[in-house]
Formats: sequence, structure tokens, C-alpha cells
Amino acid sequence: MGRQPVRRKIRFWLNDELVELEGFGPSMNVLDFLRLEKGLRGSKEGCGEGDCGACTVLVGRLVDGYLTYESVNSCIRFVASLDGCHLVTIEHLRGENGKLHPVQEQMVLHHGSQCGFCTPGIVMSLYGLWMSNPDALESDVKMALQGNLCRCTGYGPIIRAAGAVLQAGGQRFDPLLAERRKMQERLEKLADGRRVEICRGGEMEKGGDRGLAILPSDVDDLAEVLLQYPGATIVGGATDVGLWVNKQLRELEVLVFISHLGELQGFEKKGRELVLGAAASYSSVLPAIERHLPQLRELWERIGGQQVRNMGTIGGNIANGSPIGDTPPALIALGGSLVLRRGQERRSILLEDYFLAYGRQDIREGEFIESIRIPLPGGEEFFAVYKLSKRREEDISTLCGAFRVRLENNRVDEITIAFGGMAEIPKRARAAEKALKGAEWNNAGIGRGAQGLREDFVPLSDVRGSAQYRMLAAKNLLQRFYLESTGRYNGGKSRDHAEKTAAG
Amino acid sequence: MKQEKVPDSVSDIHDSAEKHVTGRAVYIDDMAEPEGTCHAYLGLSECAHAKIISMDLSAVERADGVICVLDAGDIGGENDISPTGMDDEPIFARGRVEFFGQPLFGVVANTRDQARRAARMVRVEYEELPALLDIGQARAGGGELVTEPLTLERGDVEGAMKKSPNRLKGRMIVGGQDHFYLEGHVAFAMPGEDDDVLVHSSTQHPSEVQHMVARALGVRTSAVTVKVRRMGGGFGGKETQSNLFAVVAALAARKLNLPVKLRPDRDDDMIATGKRHDFEIEYEVGFDGKGKILAVKADLAARCGFSADLSGPVTDRALFHADNAYYYPAARLRSLPLKTNTVSNTAFRGFGGPQGVLAAERMIEEIAFSLNMDPLEVRKANFYGVEENNVTPYHQEVRDNIIHRIVDELETSSEYRERRRQIIAFNSSSPHVRRGIALTPVKFGISFTATWYNQAGALIHVYRDGSIHLNHGGCEMGQGLNTKVVRIVADEFGLEPQVIKISATATDKVPNTSATAASSGSDLNGMAALDGCRQIKARLDKFAESLGKKQGESVEYKNGMVSFGNQKIAFADFIGKAYMNRVQLSAAGFYKTPDIHWDRQKGQGRPFFYYAYGAAVSEVEIDLLSGENHVRRVDILHDVGNSLNPAIDLGQVEGGFVQGMGWLTCEELFWDQRGELKSHAPSTYKIPLASDIPETFNIELARWSRNPERTIRRSKAVGEPPLMLAASVVEALSMAVASVNDYRACPRLATPVTPERVLMAVEAMKNGGDER
Repeated sequence: MGRQPVRRKIRFWLNDELVELEGFGPSMNVLDFLRLEKGLRGSKEGCGEGDCGACTVLVGRLVDGYLTYESVNSCIRFVASLDGCHLVTIEHLRGENGKLHPVQEQMVLHHGSQCGFCTPGIVMSLYGLWMSNPDALESDVKMALQGNLCRCTGYGPIIRAAGAVLQAGGQRFDPLLAERRKMQERLEKLADGRRVEICRGGEMEKGGDRGLAILPSDVDDLAEVLLQYPGATIVGGATDVGLWVNKQLRELEVLVFISHLGELQGFEKKGRELVLGAAASYSSVLPAIERHLPQLRELWERIGGQQVRNMGTIGGNIANGSPIGDTPPALIALGGSLVLRRGQERRSILLEDYFLAYGRQDIREGEFIESIRIPLPGGEEFFAVYKLSKRREEDISTLCGAFRVRLENNRVDEITIAFGGMAEIPKRARAAEKALKGAEWNNAGIGRGAQGLREDFVPLSDVRGSAQYRMLAAKNLLQRFYLESTGRYNGGKSRDHAEKTAAG
Repeated sequence: MKQEKVPDSVSDIHDSAEKHVTGRAVYIDDMAEPEGTCHAYLGLSECAHAKIISMDLSAVERADGVICVLDAGDIGGENDISPTGMDDEPIFARGRVEFFGQPLFGVVANTRDQARRAARMVRVEYEELPALLDIGQARAGGGELVTEPLTLERGDVEGAMKKSPNRLKGRMIVGGQDHFYLEGHVAFAMPGEDDDVLVHSSTQHPSEVQHMVARALGVRTSAVTVKVRRMGGGFGGKETQSNLFAVVAALAARKLNLPVKLRPDRDDDMIATGKRHDFEIEYEVGFDGKGKILAVKADLAARCGFSADLSGPVTDRALFHADNAYYYPAARLRSLPLKTNTVSNTAFRGFGGPQGVLAAERMIEEIAFSLNMDPLEVRKANFYGVEENNVTPYHQEVRDNIIHRIVDELETSSEYRERRRQIIAFNSSSPHVRRGIALTPVKFGISFTATWYNQAGALIHVYRDGSIHLNHGGCEMGQGLNTKVVRIVADEFGLEPQVIKISATATDKVPNTSATAASSGSDLNGMAALDGCRQIKARLDKFAESLGKKQGESVEYKNGMVSFGNQKIAFADFIGKAYMNRVQLSAAGFYKTPDIHWDRQKGQGRPFFYYAYGAAVSEVEIDLLSGENHVRRVDILHDVGNSLNPAIDLGQVEGGFVQGMGWLTCEELFWDQRGELKSHAPSTYKIPLASDIPETFNIELARWSRNPERTIRRSKAVGEPPLMLAASVVEALSMAVASVNDYRACPRLATPVTPERVLMAVEAMKNGGDER
């Protein structure tokens, strides 16, 4: 294959300016770049971990050839990942004739700011919503704001401002909408299909020991890069790796970025399976979830905030082996598997086998997750997942239980139960499953299953909950699953769309 | 009572609103750095209680970009920042660490990133000592106090208790709270000539920062200037906690003769600075068969941390509010400010008051459960009277009581009774989901209990072109103080608010300011600004006589015009003439709250100028299998007297309620067994989100209310009182939990009432008892 030469700089549009950068440290984040290098100090640092949203910016990129803008947390986003993108900050927002943008104007008129520190981020999140969903409902506004903390207003005035702005119009004058064509062309020009390598200080001779960022040109190139740099850190959405850098001050020598690779994006229904690209963001696969796995929709909408869902990838959620990742319990219960690739070799393993022990996964040097395959539950199966957290949204699970059962004559023919937050890895509840298999689907059977959970798990006490609570709640979730499957549960979140649909 | 005419309330937009939404509002970290600016960072201890055997800073010194380290030896003055003169709060640990996260040293580097990395390279050898981490351990370990406790006593408590037909005892656990201001602490110090230093500090108390910096540098107060234009939230967390960062930045700036900025990251900010005190409250209450309280005994123990900080006045205020809106015929309330090996707890919106209010409401709730009454009936039976039964446990007469009208109006508008009936019916047929409803009142005392703090200054300059420069001693942290004060000044001169230039709060403009705290900002500074305006107007009055104004005629300032007799002159022209006639157009205004006094030794006096009132009805829903819960509806009626700005005041009520709700439901502080705070960032410490607010939220101001005291425009303070309205959420959750046991027992929920707490309480209720 005739490879094009490597590019040594990244190129992206920052508001109205074309930026070309080379020789920078691979883990430089977008917020520091904006504030320290460019003197754009409208975006604020509130937490440095993608939880408060004060640093929210929009990133526009070409998705299937169409320019799409999404809100992201600039504090955990690496600059290198902006290659070929349009970065839009609060400084870019304006209305007609230099007046305030309608989003800004309504925030002012509704007293939507008090101390004002979270405000630029909130404006950017609302702006992202206003652009992408002019018909947003109040529940959409609240969802768009899940990743933005405000400590002063109690949010009411902000929600009212958002409601007003959706009726205010003004799209005609919006710089991004009005210049969408132009920007699309600009970004198309930047997309040269070349591998990008950025070395801190610009010197390549030292082989990356001073910090190297690589943006492979395609998935084959990625496979090669990883063979060449087997110790490299793969960066998907950076919602985890960003924290290693910001919080633990980890020095990462080689970062390999994958979110720009179209082949790792998207989803596809193949027969009775849903196949998700490893670098597909939570947001990007939401339509597939809604259509094929509606039981996961609520969970999906409670992962991080909107910014994190726009950045974070399914592959990333799995790869690092967190015991409290949001997706593994559900995907294990569904019998999901991973396609792992090393060079040109591929192998497939069940997701439940991927997690070996705390911090240890079944993945070899130079190997990466290419796709996630999820068997869809059959019509005769009942499937549900329940996440419990201290705060309902934008929180990490205290525990998360996923359950799938197939009954025959009211006896359990097959059952799969998986929990997160109950052990050092996301894990099947084998003893509970064993106790339930073949048992009558009634309270007595469920009681025996609950006893099984005691054998399966010895949970920890930590900042998110006590061991005692985790165990009790786990048993109760099994109970809830039973009640729901028999149509006798009257709980669940009454707001929004809490109904659980049994497949089929 | 005769009421003077007060100007109409105007809902001016926050003066910085346009700057907020465009990102142009400058916070300290946004200021352009002068050439040569370097960055300091703190090294923190990793032990809760230990002797420092050795501290090896050589790796720190050798780290990339490091210019110097700072340790106790670099402190020319006192190595102490105790705000109450207790000498118990070192800037850098003196041979011993007393909490996990205590500052040990500082490091200065070319960039913040370098300083932050270098700070972690220290090697410290500790000899660990036993650490007392919480209230239980502190008590078991001898109960050392950080400051003098307080007792409030009125009536024959023992006798009244003995004679009470019913008595009950209980214990309530009230959790702490992190401020989680969105802008963390930051200080930026610039050396000047001689000993001078200018410090930009994100602080609610510039004068104290000034004093602390001078003390640490060993220079006179006059050598130090402290400025703050705005903060990204304070909530009490920047009343004393800014001192540390300002002092270290100033020490570094003087040492290097270079500008130095210090901004901890969110984690260090949360680990190294104090929080709302958690309390354990033990109470005994005697009452009659109708729920009327006859006697109350309560001990309010607080985790204060390793030093006194403001724990004295905080625990005092907890006692001042342990009656909330209720008359206790006989009472003995005692505080127990316990020393622990944790970060020193500090001011937080309500300042101990909210914990006291919760204790009062818990006792009411207990009585209601024990007599099988609607708690609202118990409340009404115990409200302070208007003419009688109106003396508090600290012997102040409550003379402005409007709680009856507030509660009556809210009870009706919220349809409390009907909804309570419906909820009880719903619960009886709902197997997995239960609901609860509660109405709780608030009566909050306004004034600093440190009486000398109740003073303020302002500086008004009128320039020749008629433009006005306003400065006052209060700090803007989002509460809209500047917007309110500007309106007062604008109305005095008949001008649009845009004409008034607000400048950063600065110790060289208005000296000896009090903290912007205790909800007092607009009460004090609004009055001081008014005084400044009136001084200038008195001089202009006299000058107008030289232009033909007759004795007895008044000068009117309206719509940019000045008129007297049959003359009408544009304000700017009038001022121009006054200047040419050598009229002094600048004034320093001053105000002190009248009539207040407090004798702490006796526990008697009138610590509060007046009270602010309010009430809330909350309705919640819980899931019995998971403990998940949410607030379905809240109705609030709140008293701000004659509002200075209804939009801003509503914002304070709404935001204060949600902040209180967070404190009491999802915000949980968690220390591990070594005393390390594990909830030190938003990933682990959860404040409410947009989706957590009540699904239906009706807020009204009691527009009929006027402050009977002579406050600015007969308004009332608004910053803190609404936070306590969130007590209604706890009680509503309590009712929902109690439904499991047919409302036979008080679940005695501890706060924050997390899903875990709800589920465990439900479980305890199923077993017939409570969580004890």
C-alpha cells in the first residue's frame, strides 16, 4: 500500500482562525490551550475531570460527510484530537449586528446567571441543543444540562431561558449555521487521509520518549501503529485518559487517537446482533439503542453528562476494565462479545471473559478492541438493567444490575445476571443464576436466587455506598426484575420515559 | 406602625449578566498576567495526625521549572492564619500535622503545571499519632474542644421536663457539605515598592485577607491591599478559607519580587479547605397531649476539625436556631465544638443555623409521630406568639413575627391538607413506591452575632461629567449585591443604574470591612452607600441655594434632572457647576446596625436586629426497593420584606432551596479510615443537577411584608434563610419512609438522605423500629 507521508502538525479551525500546531506535548488539553496559549479565557476550569461543564465548548466535525457540532468538555479533551475539527468557544458566539446571541440574551433576561462562572459552559451546552434540536422539550433541556453544574441558581432560570430561546428563532443570523457550508468545505480541505504524528519539541529521533501523539490514517494503520508502539495508550473519547493526566499527572509517552477513524464508528444490525464500533460515542449509537435495545435507553441517558456522552466511547468504557463502568453489566447479561484485533489477526471473546481481575483484562500488547457485538434479546426473553447511584444523573453506579431471563411454563429456562459495583470487575452472578435455573418464577425462587447473590459477591464499602447497602440493593433489584417481568412493579422513575418494555 | 413610603422594587438585571453570558466577566484566574508571573502550589500532608520526622524537599527543588520552595522559614511574620486570634492554624505545619491535606510547604515554578507536579515530589517521614476523625471518636477520645462552648438557658428546664406528661429523647445525625463554588480558590499577588503587596483574592473578606497577609509578612496592614471584583460563588467557603492561598501567594511574591498566582485544583481545594459542620444532636423534649412543647434540652455537638476557625460563632448560631420558629417555655441548649483530626470546618450559608433548624424540626416530627398528629398541627401549636410566648432561649423578644400568616397562606395555596390526604391514600395502595409531604417554616435571625461586624462603609465619587464611581465594603459573589447597591445610589441621584460605575471591592477604598456574610451584604452596604449619597446631596442642597433654591424647597433628582423651585437642570450640568463652585463631590458613607447587643457569658441579649421568615411544602416519592427518591413538588412562600430586587431575591430563594436540598439529600462527604477525604471532586461529590430540581416548583415572595425595623427600604436579608426551607424535603422523605410502618414511628433519618439511607431506613421500618 502506497502510504502517504506522515503529517507533523495538526490543523483545525478555532472559531474564525485556522490553527496549525506542531511539537506540542501530546497530553495538552484543549482548555489549557485556549486559556494559556490563546488567551481565550471565557471557558473556565471548574473541576478538570469533565463533571462540571464550566469548560464546555463545541467541536464540529465531519460525520459521514456532514458537519456536526457537539458539546464537549475541553478540560479532558486532548488538543491532538482536534485535527480536522472546528473548535467553537464562547468567544465566537454572537447575535445579529454584534448583539447578544439569542441564547445569551435569554439567559440575561431570565436571570440565568448569578456568579457567572458556570455560565459560559451553560451557554455553550444550550447553544449546542438549540442548534441540534430546535424542538427540544424541557426534558431535553435538562438532559442537555446534565453535564453542567450550577451552584447558585437552582437551574430554574436557566431552564426557563432555554425554553424561551427555543422559541426565539434567530437561526438565520447564527454564525455557525449561516457559515455551515463554508466551514464544511474548510474541514473537507483539511481531511487529507494522512497519519499525523506530533512529538513534543518536534524531534522524532528520540522515538517518542518525550511524548508522542499519533492519529492513524485508518484502522489498518492503527493496527500497525500499535504493533510498533505496543505500550501506547489508546485514546477514544479521553473521558478516562483525560483524568489520568489531569488528576494523577500521569506522563503518557505515546497516545494513539482513534475517535476520528470512521471504521470504528457507528453501528450495524447484523441478523440478531447489534454491532457497535469500538470508538462510537454513546450519543452516536443512541438511535440504535432506542430502536433495538429500548431497555437500555434510560441507562444510556444517565451515562455521564451530554458532553461525556458526546466524547466517551463504548470501547473505552470496556477497555480499561473499570468495575463500575456503565455498559459492561448490561452487555454481559446480553451475552455480548468483543472483536479484538492485533495486526491483521482478529479474535472474538465473550465480554464476561475480558475482565480477568482488578486492573487486568484479556488483551495482549498491540491488541485493540475493534467492535462490540451484542446479541439482541429474543421476543420470549425479558431483559432489564438497573443503575443505582447517589445522584440519579451524571453519577457513577454504586451498583448496576442487569438481568435477562427466558421462561418456559413459568420456569426459568435460561437466566443471565451481571453486576457492576459488586466486585473488583463487572461479573456474572453464577450462584444466583444456578439457584434460579429451572426454578419456578415466583417469590420463593427469587428468594433462593437472592441467597445465591450472597455467594457471588462480597462487595466493598466506599465513597459510593456501604457493602451492606450494595448487597441489600442487589437482592432488591433481582426482586424488582421479577416484579417487572410479571407486571407487578409500580415503581420506577415516574418522570420522563420510565416504562420498561419487555422485548416482544 | 406607620410605614414610610419606600421606592418601588425594580428587578434590575445582574450588573454583570452580559459579561457572564459572553465569557467576558473577569475572574482572578482570567486576569492578564504581567511579565514574569510565576505560579505557586501547596504540598499537602498525607496523614491525619502525625509528627513530621523529616521533610525532604530536594526533589521538589530540582523539578522542572521550579524557582523556589517556601516553608515556615520564609514566613517573616506569624506562621498563623487563625481568624479568631487563637493561634491554632499554621500556614505551614509546625512539626506536626493535624489533618489529611494540611499544607506543609509551597513551591513556586514558571508554570502552574510545573508547580503542581513538583509539589507531589516531596518525601515526608511521619510518625503517626492516633487520629480522632469524627464526633464519636472525638467524644470517646476525651472530647477536646476547639473553642469555648455556649449554653443558652431560659426557664426551669429540669422542673418543666419533669412535669411534662410526655417526654422523648433522640439523636439526630446531620451531615456536612462542601461549598462547591464553581470557581475554586485563587490568589494573585503583586509586589509593590517598600513592603507593599497587592493581592487579588477570591474572598468574601478582603479586610481579613489584608490583615492575615500583613501578619504573615510582618508588615503593617497599610502595606497590603486586597481586591476582589467578583467571585465565582462563595457561600461562606471564601470567608476565612481564602486566607491560606492569599498569604502563600503574597509570601512568594515578596520573596521573589515577582507576581505570583496560586490556584489549587478542585481536589486540593476540597481537601484543604473547610466545609459545613456535621453535627450530632441529642435532644430531650417534654410536651403535652396536644403536642405543645413544655421543655427542651439539647446538646449540639459539631465536628470542627483541627482548629477553631469560625466554629465558635457557627456552633453559637446552631443554638440560636435550635428553636427555629417555636416557643420553648423552658430550654437548655448547649454547644459542643469538638476538635477532630479533619480539615477545619467553616462558614457555610446559614452558618450553623440550618443544623439547629433541623434539630427543632426533628423534635416537632417526633412529637407528631408519638401523638399520631399531622406535624403541621404540632408546628402551629408551638409557633412563637405575637404578643406573648415570644421570648427566645437567648432572651430576645420576637417582635416581628409573621410566621402565622406565611404558613396559613402557604397551607392554602399549596393545598397541603388535600394533598396529604391523597398521599396517605396513595401510600395505602402502593406496594413499591411511597410518597410524603411536609410543611416546614423558617425563622432566621439577621445580624452578625459578633456585634462589631455589623458595620459597613462605602465610597461615592461624583465626577465632573456627572458619572459616579461606587465602591463599598461588600463583595460580589453572584448574589447581586452590586446590582442592589447600584439601584439605591441610582435612585438617590435620579439616574439610570448604567451611569453608576461599580469597582472592585478594595481595602484601600473602604477600610476595615466586615465579611460579606450572614446575609448582611445589602443591609449593611446598601445603608452605607445611602449615607454616602446623602452626604453629597446635603452639600448639593446647600449649593442649590446659591443657585436660587429657597429655604423649605427641596431638591429633586429624577430622570437625570435636578430640580428645585422652578429650576430644572441636567444632573451633569448641575454637578459641573457644583465642581466649579468647589463643592466636595465625594463621600465616605458609613452604617452600623442599631439596637443590637449580645452578652455571650450570660447567654442573653438582642443579637439579631430582626428575623426573616419563610415556609415550604415539599412532596417526595421514594422507591422501597432501591431507596431512590425525588422531589415531586415544592411550594415556597418567603419573606424578604420590601424586596430590593424581586428577581434577584427569587433567585436567592430558588438557588438557596436547591442548595439546601443538595445538602440534605445527595451531597455526602466521605472520609476513609485514615482520614482522607474521598469525596473531593464532582465525580465523587454530587451536587444537584438540573434534573434533580422539583418537578413543580412554585415560589412566591410575601409581597405584603415590610421590615418593621429601619433597614434599607424596609427590605430583609435573603442570602441564607431560604436554604433552610429544604428541611421540608427531609421531613417529607421521613413521612414516605414511615408509611412502611403505618406512620407509627419516626424513622429518624440521618442526613444527607441518600438512596442508601432511605433503603436502610425502610428496612429498619419493616422490622418495626427505627434506624437506631
